[in-house]
Amino acid sequence: MKYFLTCGRLIACWLLAISCYAEDFAGLVKNLNAESFAEKSAAATALYQLDDPRVLPTLKAMQEGNLYWSSESSQPVIGKEVGDKLEIHSCIEQTSLGAVDKSQLEKIKINNGLRRELRGLVAGLELGAKDPAIRQQSARNLIKNPDESLRAPLVAALDQEKNNSIREIMRVALASIDMGSSDAALRKTAVATLADALQPEAIALLEKASAKNETGQYIHEDTEFATSSEAALKAMQAKVDLFKFLENCFFGISLGSVLLLAAIGLAITFGVMGVINMAHGEMIMLGAYTTFAIQQLFPQWMQASILIAIPAAFLVSGGVGVIIERTIIRHLYGRPLETLLATFGVSLFLQQLVRTYRANNVAVVAPDWMSGMWQINGALSLTYNRIYIIVFSVLVLVLLALLLRKTYFGLQMRAVTQNRAMANSMGIRSSWVDALTFGLGSGIAGIAGVALSQITNVGPNMGQQYIIDSFMVVVFGGVGNLLGTLFAALSLGVVNKFLEPFAGAVLGKIMVLIFIILFIQWRPRGLFALKGRFVED
Amino acid sequence: MSTPFVSTYLWGDKGSRYLLIVLCLLGVGVPLLNWLPPENSFLHVPTYMVSLLGKYLCFAILALALDLIWGYCGILSLGHGAFFALGGYAMGMYLMRQIGDRGVYGNADLPDFMVFLNWEELPWFWHGFEHFGYALLMVLLVPGVLAFVFGWLAFRSRVSGVYLSIITQALTYALMLAFFRNDMGFGGNNGLTDFKEIIGFDLQATSTRLVLFVLSVLVLMLAFCGARYITASKLGRVLVSVRDAESRTRFLGYRVEHYKLMVFVVSALLAGIAGALYVPQVGIINPSEFNPLNSIEIVIWVAIGGRGTLYGAVLGALLVNYGKTYFTSGIFAEYWLFILGALFVVTTIYLPRGLVGLKEQWANGKLATLFKNTTRAKVAS
Repeated sequence: MKYFLTCGRLIACWLLAISCYAEDFAGLVKNLNAESFAEKSAAATALYQLDDPRVLPTLKAMQEGNLYWSSESSQPVIGKEVGDKLEIHSCIEQTSLGAVDKSQLEKIKINNGLRRELRGLVAGLELGAKDPAIRQQSARNLIKNPDESLRAPLVAALDQEKNNSIREIMRVALASIDMGSSDAALRKTAVATLADALQPEAIALLEKASAKNETGQYIHEDTEFATSSEAALKAMQAKVDLFKFLENCFFGISLGSVLLLAAIGLAITFGVMGVINMAHGEMIMLGAYTTFAIQQLFPQWMQASILIAIPAAFLVSGGVGVIIERTIIRHLYGRPLETLLATFGVSLFLQQLVRTYRANNVAVVAPDWMSGMWQINGALSLTYNRIYIIVFSVLVLVLLALLLRKTYFGLQMRAVTQNRAMANSMGIRSSWVDALTFGLGSGIAGIAGVALSQITNVGPNMGQQYIIDSFMVVVFGGVGNLLGTLFAALSLGVVNKFLEPFAGAVLGKIMVLIFIILFIQWRPRGLFALKGRFVED
Repeated sequence: MSTPFVSTYLWGDKGSRYLLIVLCLLGVGVPLLNWLPPENSFLHVPTYMVSLLGKYLCFAILALALDLIWGYCGILSLGHGAFFALGGYAMGMYLMRQIGDRGVYGNADLPDFMVFLNWEELPWFWHGFEHFGYALLMVLLVPGVLAFVFGWLAFRSRVSGVYLSIITQALTYALMLAFFRNDMGFGGNNGLTDFKEIIGFDLQATSTRLVLFVLSVLVLMLAFCGARYITASKLGRVLVSVRDAESRTRFLGYRVEHYKLMVFVVSALLAGIAGALYVPQVGIINPSEFNPLNSIEIVIWVAIGGRGTLYGAVLGALLVNYGKTYFTSGIFAEYWLFILGALFVVTTIYLPRGLVGLKEQWANGKLATLFKNTTRAKVAS
């Protein structure tokens, strides 16, 4: 079938080519430099009929006034201004011909009529292009600048289009052209189409159509049209609000998952050992710097750097955690307030250490597969890095839950959490469990640092930004309880996001802090406190 | 104060006696040395040094306030800087109103930053601050009421230990965020500064600075005696028992939360007074005073000096702040945080009683006691 189509096109081209006295692209493209505009137009139309990828850049360059005639190679070339010179590009061989002086080239002139015609041809080509990205972009451009003259190629392209999401955009583009049409019936269908669309441009068009003057009369003379536009606008606003709500939820959950990653290690060390680790934020920082160091050491593996950094950061932060436990915290068990001070000293030390390595913030590169966004519809789009972080934090949580529930180490850890003296007497070496637990908590903080390096600045002070938030999560959720931490992190994240539009980011945060301070009065051991006598002092 | 109190707890106690003597010498000596010897003399104490020492003394009052609750009642507040800063802001607002029309914009009613923000009139909470008495009242009232409400809520529901530390930290963090906002009406980021005079005296004048210094010495001595009185009384005994065995004290019939609340409010008042003395000597108050880091630093002064002794807290505040000035201005600026970090670690592990407990610790066979203590504590938990 495809073969026959191609054959058909070839025959058509051949027929056209005969009429232009030229056989192929190379011949036709030279005709663009013909004497009269009529001949140029004929050549452009003939080119349009060819199924050749070289046509689009050539016609586009011609429309934008970037097509030149090179008498040296006697062919048209596409020029790009670089300083005083023009960097030229052959239309036929698609190769760069280097930079030349402007005087060696002659611009292929076009007039307004031809420009209009070319715009139609270019739009038609773009709308029918093989690359879906070009088709989509072209349709989007049409929504922004509706042009009645491009209606015909758009309708044709819409008939051919198979991709649903692009069809949707093209229909909006068609509607945005029809909104300005003189035909009342066309306008009516356009309003109906726009009512289903969620593009911001569609809102603007409907607003324009239903605009009122000072006396409350519709400006548009067709009152029926204006009323239906207004109704459509209202219906659409409700939908946009819904998607805004969903987007807020998404951002809240993403913020919550960041909090979860940052707090979960703290919840473990606090829960098992009763130790407040003020250097926890610095473990996050170390993880982020590990990511940076790996990108510096292995620039050739940039795309995989994050994946390498995850285990590396776990080992670095976890190792530092074990060292801190063995050298400092070990001496301070049973004195939680002193531990708090000593680990704070460690945090100052680590911050300054990093500052001597790199004084300022460092730039961690995001790999290509993490950038960009997922455009669900006109009103809702989700960035990939945040989606990955949500998925990642859930993964970490699940793995940790498995570790705690299904492994022997987890069993020991839970035993020590619940009753240290009893666990000791049952033969568990609680000092080893402590060291490994502290290492685990710190290592998870390191992993959190890898994730955070993708969404915030990496600098010596980054740990401090998260330490208080992490404490809030742990205190809110209850100590030593993964479910509590998950619930607390997500709810704090979502509440924070929803407060932002009403109260502003800072005031929202203050409100959350005050809420937690008051909440603690009601439940001094958090939302999901461990029950039993051992929690009393 | 009865005579036995003075003879036993002030004069009879070695540390307290030395501290009071040193403070007396400072209060008399520094103004004299600033006043009598000529400018270029070896003995001359320059005016900036007087203000610097005054600043240290304010920090010493603050450390005293913290030692009162941490050393004697076991309440580790990581937000004491908040009460200090609130006292400072109350004084700063008075000093701000004293500027009058001498500001950059020459507005007699509104401070410069409000003119800058296009505000039409003074917010309600700024009214009254043109009177010195009212400002002094606020210096006590604002930190006092905040401490009362916060402490009443926290102690009543038996929030204690690290939980209390964390929420005090949250309190000062929330206040910091709030004061950073321009809309709050406290000068936002820049805080309050460019003060001109206090009750008619030029703040830049040497005499004013000397008076403020002597005032700081006197307040510190008074605060010390007051704190000593509290801790030596029966009330102080109850506080110590709350620190060491809260549940047991409660079971013996003491209303633990009332004792805690009382000492917490007293401590906050002291911190507020320290802030109010601090602002005219330093000439600025801004939201970074609320930074949780500052509050933790107060704790380290007390820990290094030796908690639960009061004079240790004063000593620690003076020493650490002198060290900070010395190191951050010299070639060691980069290493200051290393030193401070190391101080935190070394003090908590090796000097549980701080510098003032060093001698006793040495006499008891160096660090042997420390390890004995930790093992016991571990078993107990």
